[in-house]
Amino acid sequence: MTVTSYLGAIGAAQREAMEADERVIIIGEDVEANVYGTMGGGKSRADKGDFLQMFGSNRIRNTPISEEIMVGAAAGAAMTGLRPIVDLSYSTFLYMAMDQFINQVAKSRYMFGGQASLPVVFRSAMFYGLSTAAHHSDRPYPMFMNVPGLKIMVPASPTDAKGLLRTAIDMDDPVLSFEACLLWGMKEDIEDGEFRIPFGVARTVRQGTDVTIVAISSAVPQAVLAAQILETEGISAEIIDPRTLVPLDSLAILNSVARTGRLVIADPANRTCGAAAEISAIVSELAFDCLRAPIIRVTTPDTHIPFSPAIEKQLYPDSIKIAEAVRKVTSARIGAGAPARMN
Amino acid sequence: MTLANDILLEMQRRMLRIRYFDERASKMVKRGEIPGTVHTSIGQEAQVVGACMALSEIDYMTGNHRSHGHPIGKGAKLGPLMAELVGKATGVCGGKGGSMHLADFKVGSLGESGIVGSSIPIATGAALSSKILGTGRVSLAFFGDGAANQGCLYEAMNLASVWELPIVFLCENNHYALSTPAHTVTAGVIAERAAGFNMPGVRVEDGQSVLTVYDAVRAAVDRARANKGPSLVEVMTYRFNEHSEGLRLATDYRNAAEKESWLKRDPVKMFRSYLLDNGIADASILDQLEAEVLAEVEDAVQFAEDSPYPEPSVAFKDIYTESFGGTQ
Repeated sequence: MTVTSYLGAIGAAQREAMEADERVIIIGEDVEANVYGTMGGGKSRADKGDFLQMFGSNRIRNTPISEEIMVGAAAGAAMTGLRPIVDLSYSTFLYMAMDQFINQVAKSRYMFGGQASLPVVFRSAMFYGLSTAAHHSDRPYPMFMNVPGLKIMVPASPTDAKGLLRTAIDMDDPVLSFEACLLWGMKEDIEDGEFRIPFGVARTVRQGTDVTIVAISSAVPQAVLAAQILETEGISAEIIDPRTLVPLDSLAILNSVARTGRLVIADPANRTCGAAAEISAIVSELAFDCLRAPIIRVTTPDTHIPFSPAIEKQLYPDSIKIAEAVRKVTSARIGAGAPARMN
Repeated sequence: MTLANDILLEMQRRMLRIRYFDERASKMVKRGEIPGTVHTSIGQEAQVVGACMALSEIDYMTGNHRSHGHPIGKGAKLGPLMAELVGKATGVCGGKGGSMHLADFKVGSLGESGIVGSSIPIATGAALSSKILGTGRVSLAFFGDGAANQGCLYEAMNLASVWELPIVFLCENNHYALSTPAHTVTAGVIAERAAGFNMPGVRVEDGQSVLTVYDAVRAAVDRARANKGPSLVEVMTYRFNEHSEGLRLATDYRNAAEKESWLKRDPVKMFRSYLLDNGIADASILDQLEAEVLAEVEDAVQFAEDSPYPEPSVAFKDIYTESFGGTQ
């Protein structure tokens, strides 16, 4: 075990995958200079030299600022024998390449009757919470959840970042990795050497009996803080981190709700049609009888992200809001007796 | 470039395949035997076949909504193409692509695209694979004069140039983006835009001559294969049919004199004359070739008719390489 940061874990997964398979390449803006710190390959940002030296300029390639061709060319390369990793830096830059993502990356295998495989990973960082304002702060994974053909990972720990990314690189389907900058510095002991974490298997971050908190990305550590506060109040919270949103481990969520009877979903994405909305719908459809209180979503409201820290920080799901939501669901009663207070 | 007689006859065979296939498809659309519509390459056969024959069998190709000619020109079998147009399980894409999204990976056809310009980055990526893996394969992106005004073309040309990718950007300039005359929406000469990306750009004024197209594209393909990077070839041509079969517009955006002058330059008839005049084949051989291709198209139609429709479950297949019980 080695204490490793979230960024270092991403770098290690990329390094190990590149060492294992010569077909793996990395393209993106500023990847040669390791500007974002994920091309270091060791336990922290700049550790273990740089990828350009290790793998050469044929496999580590700076691109022009042309997202559409970065994404489309990676798709074409994946269809013809390479296994590209595309570093798109900021998640909002994905929008420049929406046609390629949706009409080509997601649909090519399907439209062509299975003739194409697209082993390609698109990595991007969500810079929210850091005063980068509206053009750099989105959490856009829900809009891609609405596109069949894409797989989506949202790691919330160094271990998951490394294990899921390696699975993604080895996988024959296109994967979008949304990495939260708020977690970049998070460190933990992680297993040495290569390991993989399967997609579609949620992680139970904490066991509990009174309420299930499904937390996504940077909401996971906030949910952990909330659970610690709630414990002092005699409320036992179970925390489930889905880790991948496509495929989604619905069964783990449903099983937990079946035990606790209450569900709070903490999702840093916008509210409307967000990941939380989808999870809420699944539980309402399939486990309505288990619910002892209405489901509460703790999300970012449907607004853009403002620059000033004075007004930005209030927007995201934090431990206070999550704890408050849990207090509501644990005090609410539906079914027999008085109707739940709706507030 | 002097080509062997069998290559010349193969060019005529492929042009005839496109002509007869598309004439048959047009009838089938009008009779309701093909759902939706099709965009024919009738009139553009020389431009398609001249380019495809300049490629080798292992080379890659992508195309657009005017889609049947490209895989046919690259050597795809007609039966699975026709079955695809009809929506049958034996279609080249299993009935999920249809006319606008044909692909036959067996012959290097990586897919046509219903989104104008959208397949150009795919061809560029295939060229990147070739470069990094050292396979020696060349990539060719077919696109129209309409796509020449899409941003992704210029992102692709720039990247291909700085990375010296083995790709040919082939603009099929048939003078109209649906009803819009190219010159009213396109500044300057498309081929000249290559200069800005430090690559050769040539305009083939006689896109109805299969040999002229072949020579220009062959030079670009040879250059790409020699690791000298990309080229842009603009081929001037004309579609003889409407943008899509069955389309009826209130205004006649193409004047009669213009249409008449292009119809006189029918690439299939022109090349038949060339083959006769140069003693490459006599009339009986060419008549026989035409009969063979007609029969091949009829066989393809019969194959399509005889084939079953896909099972309903196929609608949920190949979304991913594995199934994982997503919402259905």
